[in-house]
Amino acid sequence: MGIIRAKQLVHEYIRRDEEGNVESIETALDHVDLDVEQGQFIAILGHNGSGKSTLAKHINALLTPTEGSLWVGDMDVSKEENILPVRRTAGMVFQNPDNQIVASVVEEDVGFGPENIGVPTEEIWRRVEKSLKDVGMLAYRHHSPNKLSGGQKQRVAIAGVVAMEPKCIVFDEPTAMLDPNGRKEVIRTAHALNKEKGVTVILITHYMEEVVDADRIIVMDQGKIVMQGTPREIFSAVGKLKEYRLDVPQITVLADLLRQAGLDIPVGVLKREELLQHILRIAQVEKSGEVS
Amino acid sequence: MLRDITLGQYYPADSVIHKLDPRVKLFSTMVYIISLFCFRGIAALVVATIFLVIVIRSSKVPFKFMVKGLKAIVILMLITALFNLFLTPGKTVVSFWVFKITEEGAKNAALMAVRLTYLILGASIMTLTTTPNQLTDGLEKSLMPLSKIGVPVHAIAMMMSIALRFIPILIEETDKIMKAQMARGADFESGNLFQRVKNMIPLLVPLFISAFRRADDLAMAMEARCYNGGVGRTKMKPLHYEGRDKRAYLIVLGYFALVMVCRIYFPFPM
Repeated sequence: MGIIRAKQLVHEYIRRDEEGNVESIETALDHVDLDVEQGQFIAILGHNGSGKSTLAKHINALLTPTEGSLWVGDMDVSKEENILPVRRTAGMVFQNPDNQIVASVVEEDVGFGPENIGVPTEEIWRRVEKSLKDVGMLAYRHHSPNKLSGGQKQRVAIAGVVAMEPKCIVFDEPTAMLDPNGRKEVIRTAHALNKEKGVTVILITHYMEEVVDADRIIVMDQGKIVMQGTPREIFSAVGKLKEYRLDVPQITVLADLLRQAGLDIPVGVLKREELLQHILRIAQVEKSGEVS
Repeated sequence: MLRDITLGQYYPADSVIHKLDPRVKLFSTMVYIISLFCFRGIAALVVATIFLVIVIRSSKVPFKFMVKGLKAIVILMLITALFNLFLTPGKTVVSFWVFKITEEGAKNAALMAVRLTYLILGASIMTLTTTPNQLTDGLEKSLMPLSKIGVPVHAIAMMMSIALRFIPILIEETDKIMKAQMARGADFESGNLFQRVKNMIPLLVPLFISAFRRADDLAMAMEARCYNGGVGRTKMKPLHYEGRDKRAYLIVLGYFALVMVCRIYFPFPM
């Protein structure tokens, strides 16, 4: 049984005019079924307005389903009394690093979550130290968040969530406002948490390069899950991804072009090293062909 | 100009003053301000000055850093001094046209300038040596009795600490919007006062919109981290009085008594 299960999940944003009459209904999630196993690294892709952020906010009980059901662990998120336990089980990292840091000193911000859930003082200190170490920001514990780079701020935000010891962390486009270096830092941290701590990670993004190491990729479009599978399966379907206005990693595009040009390269190449090996192999074959 | 405001900024250092309980610092600042407004005579002024210098010295915050905070209130000080200078009745020393400067006026103006300067310095020592979180913790704990009569003490403290956290961010944002507008021909520097204020409107509208958006984001992030208004909350840095805090209380009270003694026995020359 998975840690996050959605059955026929529907969410509608209802806009009302001043008299309270319904003006328009926008379906952000349209009968979504989802099952995430504990310890998995899941990536959700989709262009703007595909409903991926709405889905993320449901997992954290920030939004409640209009129809259908969503379970986190063994809790139904639509029940009022489950809201806090759900948020303890599934933490969330948001897009803008500035707008999610509450305190003016790094360690106090990391302590904010544990304070809220009533962790005793000594335990808070232990957790703050541990989670800052986990994200590699222990040296900055006394700094002001304003003086950190975007990637560092985002790692502090991650530490703030890790300190609450959730089983699952939802990253809602954590790299959208960062430079390439910051992006790498954040994604590396997410993977480390997944591998070393067994935290279930749900990464929402539209940078294709960030998802090649995921266990499973889910592609969303207009509120529906339209594709699901391993990165290799997903990125083999270049044409289909284009339909959903998504890109393919540059390396995959290059491999595709090379294959079309007649080289012996399989579909779904994801990483630079992988492509390099194929090219070296082909070069070797050609060389030995010349010799004989 | 906006970056010079040091009030509400924390200056990390390892000093006795930094280590004091925030409640001690809040109380001492209040006592110090009261003493500034009721001292009389040069002796008390000397005592207040010496006390301030000792505290600044032991806080290990560079004096230059504090003076930067003074710059922001120079105008306010000038206005107060001018009003005092011209509008205090008494023995006229100099007079021209409708203005006249009285002996008392000159004295009041000088005294007011000194008082305001000391006040800002004293208050900025508190904010420079106390993290905003500690400060609000201190306020929260000191004001806790008020929550019994329905004052939302925790919410007020949380609001203050968030406001302090976002001051530098909003200043940076103002700067950015200003530059963006200037790049498109907006003029913030010429014209009379009314025109300048009017020219600020295209600056304020986007600033407010962005501040609301940030507030929305932050509220969501806080909720996501299980914040529910302070019920069942524990503290990472709970406040305990220690030996040095008690000694600090005694020193501050001693100082106040000394100022009072000076006021009563040596109220010269004012």
